[in-house]
Amino acid sequence: MLVPISWLKDYVDISMSPAELADILTIAGLEVEGVDYIGIPGGRDKNRLVWDRDKLVVGQILKVEQHPNADRLVLATVEYGGDETEVTVTGAPNLFQYLSQGDLSHLKLYSPFAMEGVELYDGHKEGQVKMVLKGRPLRGIHNRCMLCSEKELGLSDDHEGIMILTGDYTPGTPLQDVLGDAVISIDIIPNIARCASIVGVAREVAALTGQKVRYPSYDVVMEGPPVAGKVQISTDHPDLNPRFTAMIISGVSQKPSPGWMQRRLKLAGQRPINVVVDISNYVMLEMGEPNHTFDYDFLRRRADQYNGPDGPVHIITRLPNEGETVTTLDGVKRELPETTILVTDPAGALSLGGIMGGEESEISAATTNVLLEAAAWNFINIRRSATLLKLNSEAGFRFSRGVHPSQAILGAKRAAELLRQLAGGTVWQGVIDYYPNQPEVAPMRLTAVEVKRLGGIDLTNTQIKEMLEALEFTVEDQGDALLVTSPDFRLDITGTHDLVEEVCRMYGYDRLPSIEMGDTLPPQRSNTRLEQEERVKDILVKQGLQEIISYRLTTPEREAKLLPPGIGAPPDDRPYVTLANPITVDRVTMRHSVLASVLETTAANSRFKSHIALFEIGLIYLASEEGVLPDELGRLALVLTGPQQKFFWQSGGDSAALDFFDLKGVVEGLIGALHIDNFSVEAAAHPTFRPGRTARLLLGEKQLGLMGEIHPLVVEAFDVRNGYPVLGLELDLELLLAAIPPWHHIEPVTNYPAILEDVALVVDRLTTAAQVEEQIRLAGGYLLKAVELFDVYEGQQVGAGKKSLAYHLTFQSPNKTLTDKDVKKQRQRIVQQLERNLGARLRD
Amino acid sequence: MLAQLDELYAQSLDSLATAVNTAVLDTWYKDTLGRKGSIYLLTRQVGQLPAAERPAFGQRVNAVKQELETAYEARLAELKAAELQAEITASAIDVTLPGRKQWRGGLHVATQTLREIYRIWGDMGFQVYRSRDVETDEYNFELLNIPPHHPARDMWDTFHTTTPGVILRTHTSPGQVHAMHEYYPEPIRVILPGMCYRYEQITARSELQFHQVEGLAVGKNISMADLKGTLTDFARRMFGAERQVRFRANYFPFTEPSAEMDVECIICGGDGCNVCKYTGWVEILGCGMVHPTVLRNGGYDPAVYSGFAFGMGPERIAMLKYRIDDIRYFWGNDLRFLEQF
Ligand SMILES: [Zn+2]
Repeated sequence: MLVPISWLKDYVDISMSPAELADILTIAGLEVEGVDYIGIPGGRDKNRLVWDRDKLVVGQILKVEQHPNADRLVLATVEYGGDETEVTVTGAPNLFQYLSQGDLSHLKLYSPFAMEGVELYDGHKEGQVKMVLKGRPLRGIHNRCMLCSEKELGLSDDHEGIMILTGDYTPGTPLQDVLGDAVISIDIIPNIARCASIVGVAREVAALTGQKVRYPSYDVVMEGPPVAGKVQISTDHPDLNPRFTAMIISGVSQKPSPGWMQRRLKLAGQRPINVVVDISNYVMLEMGEPNHTFDYDFLRRRADQYNGPDGPVHIITRLPNEGETVTTLDGVKRELPETTILVTDPAGALSLGGIMGGEESEISAATTNVLLEAAAWNFINIRRSATLLKLNSEAGFRFSRGVHPSQAILGAKRAAELLRQLAGGTVWQGVIDYYPNQPEVAPMRLTAVEVKRLGGIDLTNTQIKEMLEALEFTVEDQGDALLVTSPDFRLDITGTHDLVEEVCRMYGYDRLPSIEMGDTLPPQRSNTRLEQEERVKDILVKQGLQEIISYRLTTPEREAKLLPPGIGAPPDDRPYVTLANPITVDRVTMRHSVLASVLETTAANSRFKSHIALFEIGLIYLASEEGVLPDELGRLALVLTGPQQKFFWQSGGDSAALDFFDLKGVVEGLIGALHIDNFSVEAAAHPTFRPGRTARLLLGEKQLGLMGEIHPLVVEAFDVRNGYPVLGLELDLELLLAAIPPWHHIEPVTNYPAILEDVALVVDRLTTAAQVEEQIRLAGGYLLKAVELFDVYEGQQVGAGKKSLAYHLTFQSPNKTLTDKDVKKQRQRIVQQLERNLGARLRD
Repeated sequence: MLAQLDELYAQSLDSLATAVNTAVLDTWYKDTLGRKGSIYLLTRQVGQLPAAERPAFGQRVNAVKQELETAYEARLAELKAAELQAEITASAIDVTLPGRKQWRGGLHVATQTLREIYRIWGDMGFQVYRSRDVETDEYNFELLNIPPHHPARDMWDTFHTTTPGVILRTHTSPGQVHAMHEYYPEPIRVILPGMCYRYEQITARSELQFHQVEGLAVGKNISMADLKGTLTDFARRMFGAERQVRFRANYFPFTEPSAEMDVECIICGGDGCNVCKYTGWVEILGCGMVHPTVLRNGGYDPAVYSGFAFGMGPERIAMLKYRIDDIRYFWGNDLRFLEQF
């Protein structure tokens, strides 16, 4: 909402600066988004033009004569408050009509007059470029001054002619005092719909500064015939159209509206059209009631058909019939949602109630008699219809936020009187006012205790009464409580909590007390799930991985890249949670895989980084078998790729590539740090991973997740470009976190010496390291502290189909120094057990 | 023979002095004091001396041995020191050469900011309560006093799913009602972090997903004054103790009275810049007293209980603190961005 301060001053005095006004409005909930200064100082934009008070003044054009040496130039004699008049050369086309007419002073031709040395915008350059006016000869006549266009003053882009000021002025008055202004822009949030008008803002300013609003006059001089019997109104839906008022004004002429009105409309962001349309817009902007003018003769001609020449015009508001359409005044033929309330007559639809007029019944250039409508509409229904129609209008903006029915008759009267004064119309006597179910206004009981309980402020009844009365509430002090009735322009007050807010606003949010909470502390609970999640993140970060957070919206096609081409079934065939209104084609469904997100990020980073180590903890969304809401499940995904070592100058930068065992080391580190003890890994197969380098992670019998080298075709599909193998993993976070013991016991630290033994065992090639280690540990018993594989060999020395695994074994006792004999016995047990269970033999 | 010994002693001292390194010194030792060294060889000739002279000769031999040992030790220490010095000098490095770099992991900046928020609110007794991303219209809107088609719905551009009545939450406020249902009739202090979604184009200033942290306090003795004090404490801890804050009236359907808290612009310190749109203030959070309808929907009688709620955006806070001028960096996950935190 654009509010020119000059207009606002019609209804309330303003002695503070625009910036100060913006501040008090903002604190009171009318957020000022900006202040546009016109010609006057203020604001922080250093490039904006400020009109010089001495050198930019109102000039009166006294005479216009032909330039002796140029056909396209004239000489204007201007009175500007100086000792003598000034003759200035101009090519303004709008002055040629006054050529050779002698003394023009009776015409009161005023225009902004700029003197040598003043700063202006250059009228001949694109946009706003400042220049300094310099005196120079123009075709032989020295020219020191200039009459200005709107563009040169920064008022508009218009440089067609000089600006003519309408009204009475004293030549020499600084232009700042005449046209200088500030326009404040207010964000109309839903609870201040009442402020979507200049008067609405004036009410707030008045209440905040201790003034009374000077309301515009709603008196009408009615000199036409009685309107009774000429118009009949009915509605099928008083809930959707609670009030409908109509007046008739005859004999209007569609000339341009007066300059002051055009200027105000322009400052408020409206384009002037003609006096009839402008008055309608002006009244809407002034006091907030959108209104509509129909061509009365058009309505009358139809009534002749359906009611006969003596019957009234019959306005009916109703919902559309099936398949009904209306062509709105913007020329668009509209299919109507079933909720759209229409203004009709028995012959057909006339307009979309509260949203936009119809083309057919609209006033035309030939119209002289108008039927003026000012009505009230259900705001929720208007919002729904306007949304479905995708139709934004100033009327719809206001009606969809709520305009109180009380305003309808005021709007009608104000517009009618202006049509009489400015358009030469005759107002017919009486107003047709259809208001079938005028609601009872129920007063509310407000106590000072309630104001304290919610607002935290200690106030007396008298203080509260004064504050509410400033906002035009009616307040009766009953001693133990205040009986409060809302003013008739407000729809947003539904209970005492709303009154408390009004009291807080009047008291000033900045002055509200500020205290430490003294209320009972609730029982304190830990969020174990979150704490565990954060612990997992910390462990992975310590291992050198970077956390990422991805979009949770993706597409099935993007996730299908996890499967090499030709592999049909997706990893999870439960349906996706799919958006009905996606904003972009690549964010349509809620993801099923966090690994896909991490691989996408890996690919994006692979363009400029070779070593990438990422993880993400986040949710996936799987349609639920029960209920409409999906299961939201935690997943941890991790990707490693690139060189193991960072580039270092000494080694020439060479490093081995990260491989499966780097990834496995990270997992083992994580599991170890979480003190989970039933973890194991076994070979597995899955299309996302490279066959032979894929593993299943197990917690007991349950599958925790899969890891491995990402299949080369999947790497290619995701377009990871660093040229290294890509290792990936996705695991079930829910299962992982549930396995974390709440606490664990430590092993005592022993000072008895450890004894190291090496053993090399030859086993079948297909026997896994996990099987061998399991057997070693089983046989080794509690004295065996550590088993460390240090060599794997396959080749001639051990024979075909065999491999050798060599281990460092560490033996240590918590309570004695082990002898060689003790260790030998232990080692022998291990070898025997492996011979027995795995067919192993000692390597010589 | 004594003269012979004295001569040997003098010669040995001379050659000791000329030993240039520890290797030469080792040879000297072997030749002089070793098992077959010159001193030993001389003492073997003691039998040729008259018995009476033998004790004196023996004493003299021991004295010479002792002195040579001492001289040897001194010379050895001298040479070792010189050799160490030489080695140190030879092995000096250019300390300005680049170091051997380590891989450094890190938490996403949003996680870091969330943790900071958790910590501050945790100190004030507010615990983390999380709820789901995919929500019903009922919990996201209706129970929060936002009926269907209400103009307040314009404040949240919503992603709808193909299942009627199921949406992506536009704020973490549904958690307020979930928490109230779970904790009634206890007093409540929780914060509600989570990912939220809005039907918005992805630009430098707007994102279709973002974190939000809401807070909710419910009790029998909570007013706007508590809200103001608590949120001011938060702002001072988050942005610095000297930072000014201001409260101004605002509108949210689920709170009444409602307010917005601004913090003195941390970029320009209140002088005005393009970040604060030349107002000197930046919006940090929306807040207000829980609307009676919402309390009632949560099971709490609004005549007995009251409470406040607030909501803030961790990404926005991070943008201000680190001067991040494009919100797309957050989910873009460019390592050149993430590694700066
Ligand atoms: Zn600033």
